[in-house]
Amino acid sequence: MALAKAKTMFATQEGPANALALNKDFSQVVIAGRNVFKVFLIESDAFVEVCNLRVGKNINLNFSCNDVAWNAYDENILATAATNGAVVVWNLNKPTRSKQEHVFNDHRRTVNKVSFHQTEPFWLLSGSQDGTMKCFDFRIKEVTRTFISKTESVRDVQFSPHQMHTFAAVSENGNVQLWDLRKPEKCLHQFTAHSGPIFACDWHPETSWLATASRDKTIKVWDLATINKPVCEHIIPTIASVGHIKWRPQRKYHIASSALVVDCSVNIWDVRRPYIAFASFNEHQDVATGVAWRGDPHVILSTSKDFTLYQHVFKDAARPESKANPQGIAFNSKGDMSFSCKISINPGTLSKLPNLLRKTPQHSDQFCSVTSSMHTFLSKAQKEVKCFLECARRYQLSGKPLAELCDHNAAVAKQLGRHQVSLVWGVVKTLYCTPNMGKVTDLQQTPSGKDSRDDPNITPGGASEAHNGTDLRHTDKNEKGEPNGVPQNEDNDTENEEPEQQDRNLSTIATGLAINQGDFFFGDGAEGEMDQLRIDDDQMSTEDMHQEWTLPTEAFNLRHEIEDRSPPPEQFPNHCAVEMFDVLPDEGNLILPLMDVIGLPRLSHWDPSEVIASALNKHAESSDVQTAASVLLVLGEKRTALIDEFKQEQWILGYLELLGRHKLWNTATQVIKHSWLPSITQLNQQSTTLPTNCETCSRPLRRSGWHCDNCRQWCGKCAVCNELVKGVFSWCQGCSHGGHLAHMHDWLQKHRLCPAGCGHACEYD
Amino acid sequence: MFTSDLTKLSVVSRALSQCGHFMLTEGYNPWDSKLERIKNTMGDHPDYLKLFLSTHNFILRGDGALPWDYRHYIAIMAAARHQCDYLVDIQKEMFLEHGGDSAWLQGLDCVPDKLRSLNEINKILAHRPWLLCKSHIIRLTKESNWSLAELVHAIVILAHFHSLASFVFGCGINDQDDPDAPVNNSKKILILGNVEPEVRVDQLMERMRTLSQREEEFSVEEQTQRFLRVDHRDQTIDIENSRVLKQTSGLGHFIEDTEFTYQDFQRRGETGDFPTFRVQDYSWEDHGYSLVNRLYNDVGNLLDAKFKKAYNMTYYTMGGNKDVDTSRFRRAIWNYIHCVFGIRHDDYDYGEVNQLLERSLKAYIKSTCCYPERVATRDFAQVLAEFEHSEKVHINLMVQEARMQAELLYALRVVMNHMK
Repeated sequence: MALAKAKTMFATQEGPANALALNKDFSQVVIAGRNVFKVFLIESDAFVEVCNLRVGKNINLNFSCNDVAWNAYDENILATAATNGAVVVWNLNKPTRSKQEHVFNDHRRTVNKVSFHQTEPFWLLSGSQDGTMKCFDFRIKEVTRTFISKTESVRDVQFSPHQMHTFAAVSENGNVQLWDLRKPEKCLHQFTAHSGPIFACDWHPETSWLATASRDKTIKVWDLATINKPVCEHIIPTIASVGHIKWRPQRKYHIASSALVVDCSVNIWDVRRPYIAFASFNEHQDVATGVAWRGDPHVILSTSKDFTLYQHVFKDAARPESKANPQGIAFNSKGDMSFSCKISINPGTLSKLPNLLRKTPQHSDQFCSVTSSMHTFLSKAQKEVKCFLECARRYQLSGKPLAELCDHNAAVAKQLGRHQVSLVWGVVKTLYCTPNMGKVTDLQQTPSGKDSRDDPNITPGGASEAHNGTDLRHTDKNEKGEPNGVPQNEDNDTENEEPEQQDRNLSTIATGLAINQGDFFFGDGAEGEMDQLRIDDDQMSTEDMHQEWTLPTEAFNLRHEIEDRSPPPEQFPNHCAVEMFDVLPDEGNLILPLMDVIGLPRLSHWDPSEVIASALNKHAESSDVQTAASVLLVLGEKRTALIDEFKQEQWILGYLELLGRHKLWNTATQVIKHSWLPSITQLNQQSTTLPTNCETCSRPLRRSGWHCDNCRQWCGKCAVCNELVKGVFSWCQGCSHGGHLAHMHDWLQKHRLCPAGCGHACEYD
Repeated sequence: MFTSDLTKLSVVSRALSQCGHFMLTEGYNPWDSKLERIKNTMGDHPDYLKLFLSTHNFILRGDGALPWDYRHYIAIMAAARHQCDYLVDIQKEMFLEHGGDSAWLQGLDCVPDKLRSLNEINKILAHRPWLLCKSHIIRLTKESNWSLAELVHAIVILAHFHSLASFVFGCGINDQDDPDAPVNNSKKILILGNVEPEVRVDQLMERMRTLSQREEEFSVEEQTQRFLRVDHRDQTIDIENSRVLKQTSGLGHFIEDTEFTYQDFQRRGETGDFPTFRVQDYSWEDHGYSLVNRLYNDVGNLLDAKFKKAYNMTYYTMGGNKDVDTSRFRRAIWNYIHCVFGIRHDDYDYGEVNQLLERSLKAYIKSTCCYPERVATRDFAQVLAEFEHSEKVHINLMVQEARMQAELLYALRVVMNHMK
């Protein structure tokens, strides 16, 4: 191959070039720009300047080139498109210093493109910003035909290599026009190819394809086999507006492109594999302004705004695909997983992949030997999903006293068989809803909760072990899905109780006693206490009062319902409960004295938040973010001390995402509304616009909500009073009639059917 | 997020009362009512108005990198640069409405450094955009923690409000305000004085006709001379004006360096330090759009549509004459504005500007572009006596858009240089 020895090289100029062109045997290159216009001989290791055309005493804007073309027959003829609207023909053979042969001043605006006919050496076509294309015959130095595109500007014109008289023109409004040279009055066919200006087009040298490149960041390949029915064969999305494209010679599916902004590389695409470039040349420091193949599929030349002219050879190209991650994995909301990977072309591997769902067609072409397979694994955990959905729907997160919410949610969880979760709710209720009297008094009695913890009388470790024993004996409903439920002993000695233990303890209680008995124990103890200690309270400092009594009032209501109860439990529900259990498994009342003796006076203010926090952490870590987030929501103000805000936000966001995946928009909105983190509440503050349409013409109302510019009449009148409704407009979902809130309300008190008389039985809640 | 919850009657009312900026309909926008005067003025050109409002609402309300209070504060800074208290007042109100910290309104000293650092490019963009350079962008991104997306959003807001201030003053909207206030007007010297129109409309039309028949070619020197000369005849006016009020309005705390104002891109006889900006090398359609859309999604389309509309809009009328091809006149105005900011179109003969735009009109256009605060309501009334009111508004729209495009071109070119 003649160019086998070509290598990557460059030459730096005094200014950026806007375009380049090669002569017919690819031995010379001309580059043209605002301040540069030169011809180079391409040697094997350097560019050698042959001629500088930017000479003469009268250098004007005719030298400022947007584009340059080299005549395919006459080695010495060049044409340029000037920014001032001139089309200039140059003759390198001219004996004078200035090689300018002729200037056509026929365009009124900048000329964007010039193009020589491939078989008729004297025909030159230009496309201009003024929206016209002109065909010049430079034997007679005249415009032979003018084609009016009826668009704002023509960005590129290219003769078809297959049909002598056909050329394609692309314009700023996204249209492609196909013209017959002999019929200047009307184009053969026109179609919209892109949603933005098209900057370049290129005919495929062998097939009937036309590639177009646009500002909308795509390259499209159109099959124009039947000229009236263009078919979009391929779309290549790119990362930036595409400025130039050129098909790669001898490679049917390859095309080179350069971007207009941002992306400085010259990319070679295989049209069958969009999204990732087949090869790219990253030598330029600024965007490339022109690309041209050197007649060989392995050598390409490009100019750039970084003032350089480069020759790139394929062996130095970067191969982005080799760096791309060949695997992908994704989960859906049901826990199904899909996995895709590149597979080797060896068909033997296929048999090993029984889950194969889809396989892209395999290409034999060596440049496109990419196949991938996708496997989908269905999750069996349908039950969990169902639980999640039900819980999300039925949990109550606000609007009621904490205790009721907890009860409700615990019941929901229990019904769905999630006993652990149910117990968490129970514990939350227990810890946060029981009267704080105990706390108040304890504060006075013992200086710190830790002291009492260390008290040997209580022996937390021993108690725990004991209870653990019971636990294993008495509970056989070891929740499945809790892998680490059993081995708990190692945590027993730490102060932070493992939440699981707590759950488990309670569950043992629950098996033996009524579920609310737990509350019973903890709740009423304090009640009794309260009465006794009221006097103490009064004597307490106001500050303490304040601190301790800011509980929601509902806590008191609860208390009154529970009247004669055992004296207080204590701060360590676990241990006490377990002890009770061990000693007198069945008789709640009998333990009263026991409790009194052991716990009460010593047990002091104990902050349950640690336990709750670790319980929630546990749930969140075992991928049950729902419980964690819901408990936080229900806890309201009390959550602040529990968990740091960042984690809270993560949980809520995680829950929201799950809800979103399951399309539980209502729940999600509730969560957002009741969440306390600014970053989350603001999710609901965005896009709060509800566009409405005119009731008569169904067009969107733009300027105001009650006047349609199109039909010039008021919209949204009240169906009752026929006045314009400004402000709250309430309407029936069924018939979409409505009006003032009050009017509709009154009307529906007395009537059943729609006030508009449409016969619909309106329904409001 | 709009949920089906809200379909329930009771919830609708609750939501409305709870949520301050919930808008029942797109049109129910409290902003709009405050923009009323601008809207009324632009209402002569409904097609344009629609595009203007959608852009305006998008950059203040739509998806974007900046939080709402920042957006409004940047708008305040931009409008304050031209002492446009009408816009500043509206934006202040919106700023507070969207949770802005009222302390910020005491001035630049009270805002976060990040916002404050924007002051420099606000000043430059407003008056001499060609001075903007890469180091400004680097300073903002490196030292003041601006991301490029935020910065481009800020630039769009700045450019939008600078040029909107031009429109507000150009059409005399600002001075319609509080009639009892000691009107700035009295202090303003009319830019135009009492000029007799140099060119009558019929003469103007005749000139346009002859221009379209004639084809000339000039040397590059001649072209450049013409480009430079376009501006010179007005300099006398500007010098007179420079005596005028060195700004006394109460907006000084939102800006710094009040002495910094427009300066002619290239003064007569001086060889400028700054190369002419060639539109053929960096155009809105090719580069500006691509870049702005990349860093600030969707705004490119809105701006693109708005620029196109402002450039191409015509009713084929001119001062009561019908079926006039106004394209040359419009192009002259557009290119003249770009020329004032040092932007040159290679394919334009700047001789046309001098033929088509009479001196008083040029003075008016240049003032609205560069010193909008000096334009008095009476200027609007006096300029182009033979033109219809709506045609004058049309000219102001072109001033606004051409100016905005010029600012954006400079700013985006610098951002692009920074990115590579």
